[in-house]
Amino acid sequence: MMLFKLALRNLIGAGTRTWLNVFVTSITFVLIIFMSGLYQGMFESNKRIMIETEIGGGEYWHPAYDPQDPFTLEASHGLLPDAIADQVTVGVATPILITQGSIYPEGRLRPVLIKGILPEQQVVALPTSTLSGYAGEAVPVLIGAGMAKTTKLKVGDTFTVRWRDAHGTYDADEVEVISIMNVENFQVDQGQIWVPLERLQQMLDMPGEATFVVASQETNLLANPGSWRTMSVDALTEDFRRIMLTGQAMMSMMYLIFLALAAMGIFNSQVLSIFRRRKEIGTLMALGMPRGRVIGLFTTEGGLHSLLALVLAALYGGPFMYWTATNGIPLPFDYAEIGMLISPRMVSVYPAGLFVSTTLLVTLIVTIVSYLPARKIAKMKPTEAITGRIN
Amino acid sequence: MDDNHIVEIRELVKRYPVGGGHFTALRDVTTDVVVGEFTGLVGPSGSGKTTLLNIIGGLDAPSEGSVTVLDMPLGGKNHKELAHLRREGIGFIFQTFNLLPVYTVFENVEFPLLLMGMNGEDRRSAVNQALEWVDLMDKVKSRPAQLSGGECQRVAIARAIVKKPKLIIADEPTANLDAENSHNVMGLMVNLNRELSTSFMFATHDEKVMGYLTRIIHLIDGRIDEDEQVSKPKYREGK
Repeated sequence: MMLFKLALRNLIGAGTRTWLNVFVTSITFVLIIFMSGLYQGMFESNKRIMIETEIGGGEYWHPAYDPQDPFTLEASHGLLPDAIADQVTVGVATPILITQGSIYPEGRLRPVLIKGILPEQQVVALPTSTLSGYAGEAVPVLIGAGMAKTTKLKVGDTFTVRWRDAHGTYDADEVEVISIMNVENFQVDQGQIWVPLERLQQMLDMPGEATFVVASQETNLLANPGSWRTMSVDALTEDFRRIMLTGQAMMSMMYLIFLALAAMGIFNSQVLSIFRRRKEIGTLMALGMPRGRVIGLFTTEGGLHSLLALVLAALYGGPFMYWTATNGIPLPFDYAEIGMLISPRMVSVYPAGLFVSTTLLVTLIVTIVSYLPARKIAKMKPTEAITGRIN
Repeated sequence: MDDNHIVEIRELVKRYPVGGGHFTALRDVTTDVVVGEFTGLVGPSGSGKTTLLNIIGGLDAPSEGSVTVLDMPLGGKNHKELAHLRREGIGFIFQTFNLLPVYTVFENVEFPLLLMGMNGEDRRSAVNQALEWVDLMDKVKSRPAQLSGGECQRVAIARAIVKKPKLIIADEPTANLDAENSHNVMGLMVNLNRELSTSFMFATHDEKVMGYLTRIIHLIDGRIDEDEQVSKPKYREGK
């Protein structure tokens, strides 16, 4: 307790030098927690978007379906196994049929995925109900805002779509954009058009067939849905999770740089302290302070830097982090354009463990870099320290 | 050790490594200091005054011979034991005051008592008493940078006496003071010596200090050249 009081007295007495170190360390605290929170927020937000708009509570895949291999699409369609069909009937799952096709907006060819979905489905948060009640002769299509932007399509535009049916015969028809949806998930937006499932089944001559089925978040996935494969949310987000882990490793490097900067500041300050305060150190020894307590005093002084930094960080970083956790930070450009699923507004998430681990880590490192120069004091002869000489 | 002896030194030799060889700072020094003595080590620069004081204070170790201070033989003692001796039994006064710059006058004087683990009430009382001794009660909240040289040395004296040590070691205590302040601080120390029977050991070549000493040990080239008892110190009254 005495060492703590003395260290605090010394720190406060040191004035500007102390506050500069405290400020630098507090920046480290805020940056590490903020960046981690942002990354955590990005991961959770993107996972939520994927679940809400794309994968629901999991999927059932046709045995031949492989989303990474477009060449499998031609063969990956079939009638739903009974157990899955039952879930579709009661509205806790929705089938999706996919085929490759081409569209010709403004006469230019664009390859697309044509996706058929039940207009009345409530399993994924897509405005598919806009596909129902269309009275025109063309095929009604729903596209995403990203797709509309790249193809310069707007509601009411008609264009030609061409596809290959179940028998390998090419066919074409006119489609009309009846709705443009704003959806944060480019994976249900870019390069695809959504049409009513039944209409697509007719176009492809695949009555009652689907490529995969999305289950609702509220239902339990069937463990054994016949010949189709069950894909859990974890399995469907695994690639994304791995990408995030890779990113996290890079973030860790940044944390280390922040920490190293703060640690160097404290270390430099402590080393300077030793040279500037060697006479004081000699006096402490002459007055009867054992070497161990002198080391303890200087180490405590260093450790207190991180405590004061924590308080300072809470003062200015707290409101800032609260703001980023409630309002989010708008991103300067659309990451969908470079094929990354990142929400246009990044809302940070700060779990309690993040605060605890960052505090412990920073305090530990700051204490270590305070201890190292303090050890040098222990080797200093009191007779030389008193006169201000360096040995 | 004689009950009356506070320091016993026998055949003390102190050598320092210099280049490939050694420099001998003290040679065959044998002497005793008794309780209540007001002793000065006098001699030219390099004669070994400060070295002898440092060894008596447990800040440096002898190369040969034995030194016993306050019944503790210093040979073979570790840093912790020597720190304990200094903390409990010895007060130090330095030429350059060596006050802790971020502490107030009160805190500087309080510091040795904090090290001793004295409780708050006793501590405050002892600090106030020491500050009254040196007539600095009006400066308790000042910091060393706000004090004159004489005031700083009075704070250093208060810090040395606050724990009522049996021995006070003062290395050139008046070297940075003018004549008036030198006499003031020496007067204070004489009073302490008389009223508390505190033993003082000085290293000095200041004539003013010598005028207060009751014993003068002359050192030349690390040897005791003369050990003189002063029956009537020049500036000391009523002896």
